[in-house]
Amino acid sequence: MNPPQFKSKRTVFITSLLWLLTLLTPPLTVADAKPTLTIYTYESFVSKWGPGPLVEKAFEAECSCDLRFIGLEDGAALLSRLKLEGERTSADIVLGLDTSLTKEALETGLFAPHKMNIPELGLSLPWDDAYFLPYDYGHFAIIYDTQRLNNPPHSMKALIENDEGGKLIIQDPRTSTPGLGLLLWVKSVFGTTAPQAWEKLAPRILTVTKGWSEAYGLFLKGEAPMVLSYTTSPAYHMIAEESDRYQAADFAEGHYAQIEVAGKIVNRPQSKLADDFLAFMVSPRFQDLIPTTNWMFPAGRTEKPLPEAFNKLVRPVRTLHFTPNEVTTHRKEWINEWLHSMSR
Amino acid sequence: MDQRVASLHESLTGRSQLRVPGWLPGGLSLLVISLILFASLSALFFNAQLASLTTTLFDPYLLRVLRFTLWQASLSTLLSVLLAIPVARALARRTTFRGRSVLLLLLGLPVATPVIVVIFGIVEIYGNNGTLNHLIRLFGFSFQVNLYGLTGILIAHLFFNMPLAVRMLLPAWNQIPDESWRLASQLGMKSGSLFKLIEWPVLRRVLPGSAGIIFLLCFASFAIVLVLGGGPRATTIEVAIYQALRFDFEPSKAALLALIQLVICTLTVALLHHWLRALPLSSGLATTSQNRPDLNQPGSRLIDFGIILVATTFVALPLLALLRAGLTGPVLSVISDQSLWSAALNSLMIAIAAAGIAFSLGMALLTTSRYLRFHRKQPNRSELLELSGSLTLVVPPMVIATGLFSLLLPFGFVFDWGLVLVAMINGLMVLPYVIRLVGPALLANGEHYHHLCSELGIRGWHQFKLIDWPIIRHPAAFSMGLCATLSFGDLGVVALFGTHDAMTLPLLLYHRIGAYQFEAASVTALILALLCLVVFRVIDLLIGGRRALH
Repeated sequence: MNPPQFKSKRTVFITSLLWLLTLLTPPLTVADAKPTLTIYTYESFVSKWGPGPLVEKAFEAECSCDLRFIGLEDGAALLSRLKLEGERTSADIVLGLDTSLTKEALETGLFAPHKMNIPELGLSLPWDDAYFLPYDYGHFAIIYDTQRLNNPPHSMKALIENDEGGKLIIQDPRTSTPGLGLLLWVKSVFGTTAPQAWEKLAPRILTVTKGWSEAYGLFLKGEAPMVLSYTTSPAYHMIAEESDRYQAADFAEGHYAQIEVAGKIVNRPQSKLADDFLAFMVSPRFQDLIPTTNWMFPAGRTEKPLPEAFNKLVRPVRTLHFTPNEVTTHRKEWINEWLHSMSR
Repeated sequence: MDQRVASLHESLTGRSQLRVPGWLPGGLSLLVISLILFASLSALFFNAQLASLTTTLFDPYLLRVLRFTLWQASLSTLLSVLLAIPVARALARRTTFRGRSVLLLLLGLPVATPVIVVIFGIVEIYGNNGTLNHLIRLFGFSFQVNLYGLTGILIAHLFFNMPLAVRMLLPAWNQIPDESWRLASQLGMKSGSLFKLIEWPVLRRVLPGSAGIIFLLCFASFAIVLVLGGGPRATTIEVAIYQALRFDFEPSKAALLALIQLVICTLTVALLHHWLRALPLSSGLATTSQNRPDLNQPGSRLIDFGIILVATTFVALPLLALLRAGLTGPVLSVISDQSLWSAALNSLMIAIAAAGIAFSLGMALLTTSRYLRFHRKQPNRSELLELSGSLTLVVPPMVIATGLFSLLLPFGFVFDWGLVLVAMINGLMVLPYVIRLVGPALLANGEHYHHLCSELGIRGWHQFKLIDWPIIRHPAAFSMGLCATLSFGDLGVVALFGTHDAMTLPLLLYHRIGAYQFEAASVTALILALLCLVVFRVIDLLIGGRRALH
């Protein structure tokens, strides 16, 4: 045990510590001539398999700018991040809110009107929102496993009243967007008797999950023959797996719609660029990407025809939808109602 | 050891040494921890109006949630620890069988596996469509195991925490002096009295800490309770916190709930410490050689291996389901995907940094805690200091992250510093493991040597190097391995800060799932688990040396 060795070991230790710190230090941002457009969106949009990378490439090819996506967990996370940041936000555009959140988003005072002539959107709803532009939409649906359920329910009423109808996995409306969607769906069908409907359904709900991922995963593992998802989910199985096994149940009362929108943040330096992006977003170059990357229906005009599988999907006889105002006013009350019915 | 120390006396005392007061390291560490915790909590408190706070406190629904949280956490903890004791004892008695080190390695895996993967694994075994129910039907029985409910919560919590408890309790047996065993042999003690008179007193030293950690983990459990609990009847406070920060956006409510959680957990853990107050160890030289007289007692071998087999099966089944799902997926396309490896590299960096942060903070706390106990004779303060390091587990990462985020916002470097923040928060989250795993060994060492050290004037770096390190080396290696793997597999707060280029392996896994790619996701999960094992083993070897696994 001689002193120099001591010293050298300590030096090694300190050097490695410094090395670690260097590794952790963020690279200095190099000043770039190109302007940067920052878009907040949800994770699955920016994921490698989502529309993000393709959108980035397509838009950068024409804007001579740098498009930067920041991915957050989901639409609700986007809104709470905006509220947290307030005017300090670094977002130029927020993409991925849905119409149950837009009222609250507007109340932050952070959004600027889009001032666009709204093109013919493929929605069955009239659209006159001056602040938020839709880029895709879908309908919530009960997806069932054809190998395990011979008689899928043909209405929400049948789903709830058939005690022998098999178990269902849903998401929690307190933590997930589809969960909130089902809550609104049931409310729009049953109105004031929604609590009784939930009480009747409760014993057949296998479990309530935090988010879509757990629910759909359990469904694919065969834990229950039904799960809450979107009418477009079967399209994935048909296109990517060439399987007809999982289908959406067509409900006579209609299906609740989720409309995903984007909005522009007020008083940002890249205002012109943001307008360009919104125009790009409702153009075919963006819209053509949506079906097989975001697995939703494009809201704007497309050039390519929809993939064959999309024509086989359930097209709801009626679109059910609350206005953003109604959702914001009643959400808490309805969630408490749901909690009460489900906890009995 | 003593001789070596004495022979070094001369060369050491001749040297001028930097005199660091004993309270300083722990004091600094405590300052850092409490600054981060309280800064983030108060940032949330003052972010919004405090109007609805009194209604929050007396909400009957919240009280019900609180009751359920306490109930499931206590039950999960009790079961995990009670079942872990016989398993740890069996492993302590059988030190040489083939595959023991692999088994111990596997025991570290559950707690590092991402929650969603564990849920899928458990469902494959115990679910409605799981192996167990298939077997029951195959043998013609008509009943079914219903996973969803308290059963599911307990199975999942046991799967996570029983192995963890085994690994935290096991080192206790190394502290039993050889003399005790020899004396017991001479007195002809049977297995039962050995446990009562020799093993239990040592176990009582580590039980409160281990049980405390597991209680905190179960208390803060979120996705598992929701999914396997079967519905909103089974809700923990953590869900309410998430709801308050996400859909409702009431940061002050979230902070208040987090505070309630913090207070309840502090009280519970303090009670646990009080109730199971550590007993003084019989003095003697700690050795690992075991002359225990009951090794060849008739049947004891059978019992030990029976227990080990049952425990291994319980832990291995969901892991095997994970392995099977991974191997039947598109292995080639997943591993040839370059983004997998760059994400793994990011995760690795976070993991190493988090382990380093946790270890530095933990060692500082422990050194001062020991100083308070033996130099200042203030055992209560010493325990309090250690406790403070365990509490980071119970302030939800989401609360810390959101609080820190709003604090750092005015400085505007949040995005670029995202990974650093993630590593720091992860470091805080895994700090309790360092305290639990290294603490007992360091304290015992202090008890044995502090007189000697003060007589010889060995202190500071030399004391660490010569006296402490040889003893704590193995628990330190194990705790750092555990910290690293925990951070490696943790989705944690990466998703909260928003990602630009900061892809991590768990996040990639979630992206796969979000894109319906459940099969590719199970391959990713398998790779994640294997990498966890590699990280663990490498750290264990690098720091703990060849004979790392005890």
